[in-house]
Amino acid sequence: MSTGNGSEIGSTEFGSTMVEKILAAKAGKEKVVPGNLVNTKIDLALGNDITAPVAIKEFGRFEVDEVFDPEKIVLVPDHFTPNKDIASAEQALLIRNFAEKYKIKHYYEIGRMGIEHALLPEQGLIRPGEVIIGADSHTCTYGALGAFATGVGSTDLAAAMVIGEAWFKVPATMRFEYRGSLPEWVGGKDLILFTIGQIGVSGARYRAMEFAGTAISQLSMDGRLTMANMAIEAGGKCGYIQPDQVTFDYLKDRMTVPYEAVYSDQDALYEQVFEYDISRLEPQIAFPPSPDNVYPVSEAKGIDLQQVVIGSCTNGRIEDLRIAAAVIKKKKVHPGVRMLVIPATQQIYRQALEEGLLSIFVDAEAAVSTPTCGPCLGGHMGILARGEKALATTNRNFVGRMGHPESEVYLSGPAVAAASAVAGKIVHPEEVI
Amino acid sequence: MIFEGKAWVFGDNIDTDAIIAARYLSTSEPAELAKHLMEDIKPDFPGLVSPGDILVGGENFGCGSSREHAPLAIKGAGVSCVIARIFARIFYRNAINIGLPIMECHEDLAGIESGSDRLRVDLEQGTITQLQTGHVYKAEPFPPFMQEIINRGGLVEYVKARVNPAG
Repeated sequence: MSTGNGSEIGSTEFGSTMVEKILAAKAGKEKVVPGNLVNTKIDLALGNDITAPVAIKEFGRFEVDEVFDPEKIVLVPDHFTPNKDIASAEQALLIRNFAEKYKIKHYYEIGRMGIEHALLPEQGLIRPGEVIIGADSHTCTYGALGAFATGVGSTDLAAAMVIGEAWFKVPATMRFEYRGSLPEWVGGKDLILFTIGQIGVSGARYRAMEFAGTAISQLSMDGRLTMANMAIEAGGKCGYIQPDQVTFDYLKDRMTVPYEAVYSDQDALYEQVFEYDISRLEPQIAFPPSPDNVYPVSEAKGIDLQQVVIGSCTNGRIEDLRIAAAVIKKKKVHPGVRMLVIPATQQIYRQALEEGLLSIFVDAEAAVSTPTCGPCLGGHMGILARGEKALATTNRNFVGRMGHPESEVYLSGPAVAAASAVAGKIVHPEEVI
Repeated sequence: MIFEGKAWVFGDNIDTDAIIAARYLSTSEPAELAKHLMEDIKPDFPGLVSPGDILVGGENFGCGSSREHAPLAIKGAGVSCVIARIFARIFYRNAINIGLPIMECHEDLAGIESGSDRLRVDLEQGTITQLQTGHVYKAEPFPPFMQEIINRGGLVEYVKARVNPAG
């Protein structure tokens, strides 16, 4: 269902959304409305081993001696690491050397690192009310903590490393309200896949997506991070959840500096409002080759699989591993399936180790890997051959995303992925429990 | 800026994995990336595209990953300009930032024949002319702010001018 008073978008007579307020504050303005071009201060700028090398090359063209603030730049080698080949090793070396030369405080080496969008919130680098850019499209993940965070390219990152600012067009906001309680086996991944299925891969193009409602209040921070993570898959500029007790609890032990939470006004102007009753939602599956090609699991049953991947910046957090382990405990991965489990950060890896989750996976004959983006983008650590099918808790299933252009990727949450690894085909978790 | 070249037409939602697959991202050399441009959706494309050619996309061109390697690969192939009904936002930013001319045209471009029709694109006027028929499509000229970035040749020169106006 969609309602809204979009015709007045741009009017200054209404209140502001969270994103409008953050952008106004960081641009030093009283108020901004959708469509305004603003130049804002950046609180954090992020790059990885694929995007930072290009940014570093561009940075060199500025002929400056220092970065704007060595404490506000984060460099994480996570995509093709541990280095998959010589070319990747050279790229990782480039950012390591840059980090050393410019005294970048937040550089995370292998063994201490994690997939960037799981790592930064975990390390307490993301605060409500901040503006964060990252040369990675899934930077939108941080909206789960009430920040304005968006993906940019390498040249934007280079400029931000020099001046500590970036320009933005203020986005209109679409509000998504999820009513009811989350059914068993349904989590943040299912809500966001369902939403992308409803509005399409360009349904929120250039827009901010505000997630709200009773189901969101009940959702853990891990589930919220999963939802905001995939805003880009609907074309969104950012996805966010306004801070609440779940946010404050998450931040409590991670935050050493004060922050100020920002909220949408009661009379904020939304371009559109969508309301969904999710009390009877089934686990969702995105069929290849697009994240908006979404069906309930009951319509995906029986699709044969050769690989299952549990991990990524979308679903490689501790809650995801707990859910998968609960499903697969005392069972074996189907003989025709390779199951890969990739804890998203070193800390999550340790936690999974201490909770006995890794033993459950190993006993089930799954392969457990050190943190890496690896297979999600067809980089390494689980590439598909021609004709093979994978079910992954990752975020994209485009043609050739995980390997051969004639391989296929289906997307789901961790419960369905673990159950399907046991069955050798896509199933509802209840079928193997 | 005016460009003339052969048109290559692609559909809706062309993602950056399709433009340049992740397995080639261990380099950022435009000429090297160009060898694999559109390879997964049109394997013979790197051999077909010639310098000066114009890419025509549909809705949401360049969606997905933020990899700047996508516009770099297009630039590396010598493509003079990309037209789409609408671009995904990160691709749009990246193209402007690296000085790859792009233009949004909301008119129906379905009549343009891929690999044979020739187009003339006028960025300032916001027009696309199909040279065989003379048909003119109206497009969206850039807002002045972006025009300035383009006039400077990309974001780096634009920011340099701001940081050091005398230099």
